[in-house]
Amino acid sequence: MAEVGVPARLELRGISKQFPGCLANDQVDLDLRPGEIHALLGENGAGKSTLVKIIYGVLKADSGHLRWNGEQTTITSPSQARKLGIAMVFQHFSLFESMTVAENVALGLDDNVRLDVLSDQVAEIGRRYGLTLEPERVIHDLSVGERQRVEIVRCLMQNPRLLIMDEPTSVLTPGEADTLFITLRRLADEGCTILYISHKLSEIRALCDRATVMRGGKVVATCDPAEETAYDLARLMIGADFSQASKTGSTQFGASRLKVRNLNMAATALHGTDIADLEFEVAAGEILGIAGVAGNGQNTLLAALSGEQLADDPATIEIEGQIAGQLGPRRRRRLGLAFVPEERLGHGAVPEMSLIDNALLTGYDRQGLLSRGSIMFSRTKDYAERIVKSFQVVAGGIDANAGSLSGGNLQKFIIGRELLQQPKVLVVAHPTWGVDAGAAAAIHTALLELAEQGTAILVVSQDLDELLQISDRIAVLTAGRLSDCMVTADADVTQIGLLMGAHVADDLAEPDGEQRASQT
Amino acid sequence: MIWPNQMESNVRPRLETRIGVSRTMVYATPVLALLLTMACGSILFAALGQHPPAVLYAFFIQPISSAYGLAELTVKATPLVLCAIGLSFGFRANIWNIGAEGQLTLGAIAGGGLALWAGEDAGLWVLPAMMLAGLLGGAAWAAIPAYLKTRFNANEILTSLMLTYVAILLLSYLVHGPWKDPEGYSFPQSRMFADSALLPLLTMGTRLHLGAPIALFVALAAWWVMARMFIGFQIKVVGLTPAAAGLAGFSVRRLTWITLLTGGALAGLAGLFEVAGPIGQLLPSISPGYGFTAIIVAFLGRLHPLGILFAGLLIALSYLGGETVQIELGLPLAVAGVFQGMLLFFLLATDVLVRYRIRWDRRSTIEEAG
Amino acid sequence: METLAAVLVSVIGAATPLVFAAVGELVAEKSGVLNLGVEGMMLIGAVAAFAAALTTGSATLGILAGAGAGAILALIFALLTLTLLANQVATGLALTIFGVGVSALIGRSFVGIPLQRLQQLDLPGLSDLPIVGTLLFGHDILVYLSILLIPATIWFLDRSRAGLILRSIGENHAAAHALGHPVIAVRYLAVMFGGAMAGLGGAYLSLAYTPMWAENMTAGRGWIALALVVFATWRPGRLLLGAYLFGGITVAQLHVQGFGFDVPSQFLSMLPYVATIGVLVAISADGARARLNAPGSLGRIFHPDA
Repeated sequence: MAEVGVPARLELRGISKQFPGCLANDQVDLDLRPGEIHALLGENGAGKSTLVKIIYGVLKADSGHLRWNGEQTTITSPSQARKLGIAMVFQHFSLFESMTVAENVALGLDDNVRLDVLSDQVAEIGRRYGLTLEPERVIHDLSVGERQRVEIVRCLMQNPRLLIMDEPTSVLTPGEADTLFITLRRLADEGCTILYISHKLSEIRALCDRATVMRGGKVVATCDPAEETAYDLARLMIGADFSQASKTGSTQFGASRLKVRNLNMAATALHGTDIADLEFEVAAGEILGIAGVAGNGQNTLLAALSGEQLADDPATIEIEGQIAGQLGPRRRRRLGLAFVPEERLGHGAVPEMSLIDNALLTGYDRQGLLSRGSIMFSRTKDYAERIVKSFQVVAGGIDANAGSLSGGNLQKFIIGRELLQQPKVLVVAHPTWGVDAGAAAAIHTALLELAEQGTAILVVSQDLDELLQISDRIAVLTAGRLSDCMVTADADVTQIGLLMGAHVADDLAEPDGEQRASQT
Repeated sequence: MIWPNQMESNVRPRLETRIGVSRTMVYATPVLALLLTMACGSILFAALGQHPPAVLYAFFIQPISSAYGLAELTVKATPLVLCAIGLSFGFRANIWNIGAEGQLTLGAIAGGGLALWAGEDAGLWVLPAMMLAGLLGGAAWAAIPAYLKTRFNANEILTSLMLTYVAILLLSYLVHGPWKDPEGYSFPQSRMFADSALLPLLTMGTRLHLGAPIALFVALAAWWVMARMFIGFQIKVVGLTPAAAGLAGFSVRRLTWITLLTGGALAGLAGLFEVAGPIGQLLPSISPGYGFTAIIVAFLGRLHPLGILFAGLLIALSYLGGETVQIELGLPLAVAGVFQGMLLFFLLATDVLVRYRIRWDRRSTIEEAG
Repeated sequence: METLAAVLVSVIGAATPLVFAAVGELVAEKSGVLNLGVEGMMLIGAVAAFAAALTTGSATLGILAGAGAGAILALIFALLTLTLLANQVATGLALTIFGVGVSALIGRSFVGIPLQRLQQLDLPGLSDLPIVGTLLFGHDILVYLSILLIPATIWFLDRSRAGLILRSIGENHAAAHALGHPVIAVRYLAVMFGGAMAGLGGAYLSLAYTPMWAENMTAGRGWIALALVVFATWRPGRLLLGAYLFGGITVAQLHVQGFGFDVPSQFLSMLPYVATIGVLVAISADGARARLNAPGSLGRIFHPDA
């Protein structure tokens, strides 16, 4: 903990950064003491990532100044930051997939170290902090948790005085997160300052000594998180009282609308996960949640359901009682399927195209927007207009490009586009990922209303809290296998956590298939 | 890029991403590119010991200062526009067919072969049949890269280009061998086509032929397809965001076939128009690289059918200008190629202004405030 | 036996320009840049080397001029794609069109002028050995250089820190940038190295293979070099193998008629192009394997703010 008279490890004063159309940091002040674990808390878009990129020298501030151990400094590059003793673990890992662990570590160092010497150092650090790694393995063969270990070891090689961690647990199972916390506490005890970025309130309250809360590019509070309730922290973060929609607990569902039976599919992506023997049903009015850490076969399952990848056996997927396993996306939509993919820009929407064109993208058949191969523009505009109105999408008109919308508004547009097609079955991936709390609440409400009207909804999400809140039943996808479905009301969160982490425990690993190799 | 510290206080340019694209710049950059090309061209001509204004006049103005010149311009623009329209479909869909020259050659072989087979006393049917053969010949040649791409994932840039060399060698074999004119004093050339197998001329005393209005019609039809038809929308989506196309159920495989076959067919038609129009027989070389130059035309016209019409005329002028400066000033014909290459360079260079704006940063670091 | 040695020597001659151009492109692609202008850079290299060698009488200056001219053309490409963020495919095509035009313009006064062939290195004793002498010790400096280039490139890419950084930039430019590696600077150097090597390939054609200048004398070798990089799945060792395979096909085509086969010459001339297509198909058909070594950021535009 901080001692009197010792200068702050890092002191920021009046940092501002302007991006086109958005003031990302507005006169930000921040003090980090030696050996403290300091949370930087805020919603997506609050300016946390911009601020740490400035500290790490990836971005340059427009104004403001910075003191490092009491001395005024300018950080112009990551390499300079590393020389000062600042290290960073990125949210989207900055790892090189087809290179080995040792090579990845070497790339984070400024000196030329021989790879065999490096391997020994990696092993040594691994022993000290409980971060075991095999230096010769290639990154794409590692699990997400192992990849994060590589990132952390890469940072620790430089013996940092400040370690920045950007949303480190968003990709980890609860068990892996606990292991990470032990490592972080040990580092802090040795005097390393840790700047911990997150929007997960519970872990911040458990781990961090102090917290700085950001909203809209500004610092709104600095506090001791252990002394605040999660509700108070959330209110500081969001800036208003908020209410959350949740499932009313109806258990009366209609007929089965989506049936999946014995579904096997190989991943098409280079390092994707295959799925095997998947079996579930979703009934009219029901929301089924598929939980699991990313990279456990979610992408393969989603492609199998949307029709982007066809099943070998047509009977494995039924939509509205029709055999659909070998129908393409267009014909599945005609049967009543609607689909919201994980990636908004670049999958769910074309960034360079207008909202009108993006409405046409999936609405062309079910909204009757075509006439003998020609586009009926007035009907298409009308449809786009209705989406924007019904879901309060903030955009510069329906002529605006999809790429110009904020993440939350684009997500509302995409979900609105699918919902207005009055689907019989809706498959939605990560509905509120990276979306601000207001938009998330609106999206949850819309999904619950849709279910009440009799649509069968499948939600794939990494956010367990979200699934517990809106789904009727939950199943966990791990290493391409699906657990039994549990009724949410009776579900045991610890049990779900264990299922999510099953692939790291050898005794629970699936025995067959070389594809599982990626999990061992 | 990290800039050295000492430069921090200097004014320096930086590219900032625009939120949308700049409409003004979409239209302004081709003009800017043309002006820059003329400026650089002037320097080049001066370096070659010429008086730049005289060369620019001979290059840009003289060729089109007569009715005959204008007709020649149209004759040269016709194959360029046809090939470029075909290529633009593919380029929009991220299908990089650069073998239009080969498809053009195959169109000429197929249509020209039909004309030779029909002989002197063919009826009126022969010309439409030749056009159809030209379309099919070009499409067939483009079907090879389409098949290899969709079946084996083989890169269409390389396969379509390799097939161009094969096509030119095939034509060479035919006019040196089986199709050689027996009365041609052993020159490598076929017999002249019969009158019924030649494209009718539109105005007397020029070489302006029926192909020109057909190319104009093709451009207008292409504009309709891209702007109003669902298939045009699908092509644009596949090119911009293939994953979104997959989500919407647009088959990349199907669109690969459609764009390659269309491009090949139009290039084949262009080749047929050359041999049934200005040339009138099969020769070892039937095109001064129209199929390659059409790539420049397509980009200069912003892959937009109406833009391609203008770009086709401009590039056709560069061919005529090249010929004029060769005759009048003794400059090599290659000047036309240099001019075309420069024009595309400058267009690509100035295109940065469409998606980014230039910011002149006076200072950008933290130290000033401290 | 002597005939066989002569055939093998001509295989080496046909393969050498491909080795240069393809190694250069391989390094550029490993840094994440797809430069389709190899054909244009080879032509510029060929004409510059010829012009320099003819006017100065020095083959060394000719070689340097070829490499320098290729690098300058590559610099234009780098400026457009790396600084002005132009599409790499379109710019590469423009580079080839430009290179064809400019080389024809520069070369117009050199057409038909003969040039003394690049001298073979005379290794006393060794070069005079029967067969082995011709085969191993009877070549010019560029042939040896092209062969040495392969282990040098392997060492650079796999063993050196600079090579590691270059590969990391080609693999994931955003991550490399976040770690503070100079993405744009490294790519400039890689592209210019590619240009210099393509220029050397061109120089070999106009100084040694057929010591003369003719318009379009590369005849698609730049494109074949591009295909070789795919064929080699971005591995220098396999590149050498591929280049010699193509050299063999080129030479075989010249010798088939000599063995009394009555095939029209045009069909034989098609062989290298058809073989290129065949090889591409064979390699690409196994998509996963072909992609495994492909640089992850290949052809993508890098803008640090994005």
